[in-house]
Amino acid sequence: MAIEQPGKMRWGELEEDDGEDLDFLLPPKQVLGPDENGIKKVIEYKFNDEGNKVKITTTTRTRKLAQARLSKRAVERRSWPKFGDAVHEDVGARLTMVSTEEILLERPRAPGTKQEDSKNAGDPLSQMGKGGAVLMVCRTCGKKGDHWTSRCPYKDLSQPTESFIDKPPSDPTAAATGTTKGAYVPPSMRGGNTERSAGTDMRRRNEENSVRVTNLSEDTREPDLHELFRPFGAVSRVYVAIDQKTGMSRGFGFVNFVNRDEAERAINKLNGYGYDNLILRVEWAAPRAN
Amino acid sequence: MRPILMKGHERPLTFLKYNREGDLLFSCAKDHNPTVWFADNGERLGTYRGHNGAVWSCDISRDSTMLLTGSADQTAKLWDVQTGTPLYTFNFDSPARSVDFAVGEKLAVITTDPFMGLTSAIHIKHIATDPDDQTGESVLILKGPQGRINRAVWGPLNRTIVSAGEDAVVRIWDSETGKLLRESDKEDGHKKPITSLSKSTDGSHFLTGSLDKSAKLWDIRTLKLIKTYATERPVNAVAMSPLLNHVVLGGGQDASSVTTTDHRAGKFEAKFYDKILTEEIGGVKGHFGPINALAFNPDGKSFSSGGEDGYVRLHHFDPDYFNIKL
Repeated sequence: MAIEQPGKMRWGELEEDDGEDLDFLLPPKQVLGPDENGIKKVIEYKFNDEGNKVKITTTTRTRKLAQARLSKRAVERRSWPKFGDAVHEDVGARLTMVSTEEILLERPRAPGTKQEDSKNAGDPLSQMGKGGAVLMVCRTCGKKGDHWTSRCPYKDLSQPTESFIDKPPSDPTAAATGTTKGAYVPPSMRGGNTERSAGTDMRRRNEENSVRVTNLSEDTREPDLHELFRPFGAVSRVYVAIDQKTGMSRGFGFVNFVNRDEAERAINKLNGYGYDNLILRVEWAAPRAN
Repeated sequence: MRPILMKGHERPLTFLKYNREGDLLFSCAKDHNPTVWFADNGERLGTYRGHNGAVWSCDISRDSTMLLTGSADQTAKLWDVQTGTPLYTFNFDSPARSVDFAVGEKLAVITTDPFMGLTSAIHIKHIATDPDDQTGESVLILKGPQGRINRAVWGPLNRTIVSAGEDAVVRIWDSETGKLLRESDKEDGHKKPITSLSKSTDGSHFLTGSLDKSAKLWDIRTLKLIKTYATERPVNAVAMSPLLNHVVLGGGQDASSVTTTDHRAGKFEAKFYDKILTEEIGGVKGHFGPINALAFNPDGKSFSSGGEDGYVRLHHFDPDYFNIKL
């Protein structure tokens, strides 16, 4: 950083002498620090091209790298000559390699979940939860990796959504069968959808918190749409209608949100939003029943 | 983390040991050459040639000048660490299994296997300061336990020797008189052969791993059972973090039945447990066979595992390992 400092001494008062070194007129160089944070300040003065006196403050921070504290003996050992079979360097060089695979310390269960999850290891539902907690998203309260929708503790508090209206009265038992140890659970029954098996019910699920986006540009693809809507909340499905013949976008799509209020926020924000030179129209996909 | 893979051994690993400063890693395997590696980058420094059988264990002197190895060729050898030259050979009538230097390196304990009608024994040898004065006489020979003694280590102040082996009993012996001082009792103790034993850094407690799929933490003075870590695989190797309250258990199904199942079913990960809460923290995968050896770097920032697959895998922990919360 360079700070112009109008010199008290005027140029006119000095004798014109280009060749002369005027550095003796400058205050001496100052070095401050380094202080406890490793910040060192060097203050220098010099004349710039226009002949003005310039103060230059250089601030540097010295950071200690996590230095390997090696003992003197250990440093000495580093330079020991190879012996035994290791004297043949070219052979030894191929013995050590860094794994190409990133190995993680795999947690036995998602942080925050209870011990019981790891106990019933044969339970396919808990297996899924173990693999990636993100898979397990409660559609009632939107909590991730904690419980399935059917086990949501806030289920009774939340306003019943459409899909629960025509659920069979034997729902709790149905949910229980889904968690039977070791039993095969078809994909359509997993994730707490135990109460709906018919295709019509599946479609109804798709309408839940579904947002229709129209006036999309032809270049817009599902990842773009996901990127656009992701900031508003957890998105469970993104769909862009593609013309079967031309393979081009038909200019509309659907986005499903996990939470209703997040969907509402997205509608409020993005309806009328300029995207790819077009004004988006964002609304509820299906007219609300109530 | 990206582990460093060291393929210096042709046959299954049996033992791993860091020196005190943690810059050298010694590995023993069923091939005949113990190997020393630089513990930071996994570069091979050298091999110790001279054994004629599987090498079961090793110990390194505090100043990292002397290496002691025990081998199935019925010898235990002292080596010069820097050059790999053998200094002295202890001859036995049966395979040597476990070796351990006493504090001060004046004494060493070497166990021998039952062999050709001989019973297993724990030998205490005097270690001379100058290798030229070294003799092979035993100061004391302890006998009694049935079956193999898989590990024998020195207790506090070299006053006791702790041994564990195939009879699943942990014993504490007086190292002066050879008297049996304590024995783990049936209810607390392991139900199947004890495969490994590892002392804490301060030597106040130790951990044993057993084929009964558990590991147990004991007080080294009173032999009181402190904790039990239950797992779902036979435990072949145990290690304790010198930095955090973590214990690592390695193992997997028996090597002879590995090929009968999928490698994922073998449970060959190194499992981390909280030492106090005995709850599982996580697992580190990688080996294609059971883990036979585990060792923590004395700084607690890396650990290495040796497997039946002949690989040593050296893991330097990611920063987030150090703030794992249960």
